[in-house]
Amino acid sequence: MTEPADEQGIEAASIAPPVIEMAGVSQWFGSQMVLRDISLSIKEGETLVIIGESGCGKSVTLKLMMALIEPSRGRLSWRGRSLKNRRESELAKERLRFGFLFQGAALFDSMSVYDNVAFGLRQNTDLSEQRIRAIVQDRIKEVGLKPGVCERKPADLSGGMKKRVALARALAMEPEVMFYDEPTTGLDPVMSDVINELILRTHDRGHVTSIVVTHDMRTVDRVADRVVMLCPVAQVPENESQILFEGTAAELMASTDPRVDQFVYGKAGERIEELSN
Amino acid sequence: MASSSAAVRLPAKPPAETPIHFVGRICLSAVSTVGDLSVFSTRMARGMMVRLPRRMVLLQSFYQIGVLSVPVVVVTGAFIGMVLAAQTFDQLRIMRLETQLGAVINVSLVQELGPVLAATMLAGRVGSSIAAELGTMRVTEQIDALRSLGADPIQYLVVPRFLACCLLIPLLTALGDSTGILSGWVMATQLFHINNFHYWYHSQMFVSAYDVFCGLFKSVFFGAAIAVISCHRGFRCGAGAQGVGQAATQAFVLSFAAILALDFFLGIFLSSFYYVLWPSQGGTP
Repeated sequence: MTEPADEQGIEAASIAPPVIEMAGVSQWFGSQMVLRDISLSIKEGETLVIIGESGCGKSVTLKLMMALIEPSRGRLSWRGRSLKNRRESELAKERLRFGFLFQGAALFDSMSVYDNVAFGLRQNTDLSEQRIRAIVQDRIKEVGLKPGVCERKPADLSGGMKKRVALARALAMEPEVMFYDEPTTGLDPVMSDVINELILRTHDRGHVTSIVVTHDMRTVDRVADRVVMLCPVAQVPENESQILFEGTAAELMASTDPRVDQFVYGKAGERIEELSN
Repeated sequence: MASSSAAVRLPAKPPAETPIHFVGRICLSAVSTVGDLSVFSTRMARGMMVRLPRRMVLLQSFYQIGVLSVPVVVVTGAFIGMVLAAQTFDQLRIMRLETQLGAVINVSLVQELGPVLAATMLAGRVGSSIAAELGTMRVTEQIDALRSLGADPIQYLVVPRFLACCLLIPLLTALGDSTGILSGWVMATQLFHINNFHYWYHSQMFVSAYDVFCGLFKSVFFGAAIAVISCHRGFRCGAGAQGVGQAATQAFVLSFAAILALDFFLGIFLSSFYYVLWPSQGGTP
C-alpha cells in the first residue's frame, strides 16, 4: 500500500525545485578568485558532501549557499526563488529554515551553553521560557550531553562538546537544511564517529537535507549520498571545471582521476615541489 | 601515478608598485573606508529605528561601558583637577591673581579638558575593548553564527553599544568634571591656601550653565564617534590575532582623532550658536 505513495513522493521531489541551487557562481576576495563558475543543485532530503584540499573554496561555497556572503557573479536560489535583490530582513527570515554547524563551533563566548542553545528561540519566537527550557534540554540530550553542561561557558568545554553544543543550537530551530563545515576537524576518531552518527540521526529524524564540507574520508563514507570534489582555482586550467568529481562515495573511491585518487588516499606525490614553486 | 603538475597554472607576478600606484591605492582605500563607515552607520541607525535591543542586552552593554568605566574616569578627573591647580597656581601668583584659580580650573575642566580627556580615556578602555571583542567574534565566525540564527549582528551587537556610549559618556564626563572640580578645590584651598569664598566666587563668575551644557553636548558626539568607529573596526577586523590587535589599535587612534576633530568643529559651532542665542554677549560664552 505504501509503495505508490512513496513513488509519488519521489516523483514530487524530482519535480520540486532544488532546495538550493548555484548557477555559474564565481567568488573573489579582493583580487583573489576562490570559486570559478560553480553550478550545483541540492535535492530535498539528500546528503551532499563537498570535499577538496584546503583553500579550494569549500567553506565559501557553504556560506554562499546560506547567503552569508553575496556571490561576486552568478545566481543562487532557494527552492527556485533567486536570492538576487532580496532584502536582508527577508533572507534572515528564510535563513531560519537552515542550521549551520561552524568549523570552530562559533559558540557565543559571553553566554552559557543554555543561553547559546536558547538564543535562536528567544530571538525568533514568542515561546515561554519554560517551553524554551524544555526544548533546550531535549536538544542537549539528543546530542549526547548531560543537563549539567547547560550552566557552563563554552571556554570550559572540550572540542567535541563544543561541536555538539553548536549542533544542539542549530537543531533547536528545527531546520529543514543543515550545513556542516568540517564537523570532525580536530576531533579524536571516536568523537568524529559520534559527530558522523549525529549527522545521520539528524538527517533521518526529519528527513533533513544536509550539506557537509569535510576532509575526512570516513565522514564521506558514512554520510554521503552524493560527493562533490572541488579543486583550488589556481590548479585548474581555465577551460576545465573546478568540480573535479561528482558522484557517489563508491564511485569516488573507484575514480581513476589522479587528482581525485591523490586526495582520497592522501598521497603527497609531487605536491611538496609544486607548493614550493 | 600521473602528477597534477601539468594542470598547475602559476599566477603571473604582479607588476611592481610605482609611487602613483601607491597614492592611488591609499586614496581608494580611504574613500572606500569612509563609504563603508557611512553605510555601516546608516544600517545602525535603521536597526535602531526598527527595534530597540532587548532589555538584558542593553543592560549588559550599559554595565560594561558605563559602570566599569567609573573608576578610570574618577581617577583621571581627579588628577586633571590636581594637575591644573598645580600648573596654574604659580603663573597666577606671579600676576597676583591666585584667587582666580577656581575660575581657570573649572572653565578648563567643564569646557574642554573634562569632556576631551574623559572621551580619550573611554576610547582607550571602551573603544579598544569593543573593537577587540567584535573582532574576535568575527574571526571565530560568531557574527556569521548570529546571522545564521536570524539575528541582525548590527542590531544585536552595535546598537546596544552605541546607545550605551551616547547615553553614558555624558554621565561619565559629568562625573569626571565633578571629581576634577573637587580635587582642584582641595588642592587650591588646602595646599595653596586660597580663600574658599574667593575660589567659588570667581568660579561662579566665569563658568556659565552654557559652558556645562557645551561640555556635555560635545561628549554625546564623542560617545557616538567612539561607538561607531570601534564597532566598525571590529566588524572589519582582519584574520587572526594580529587582525584583532590592529582593530583595537585602529579603534583607539581613529576615535582619538575623531574626538579632537569633533571638539574643534563643535567648539566653533557652539560659540556661533551662543552668539545667535545671545547676540548682546558678543558671541564668546
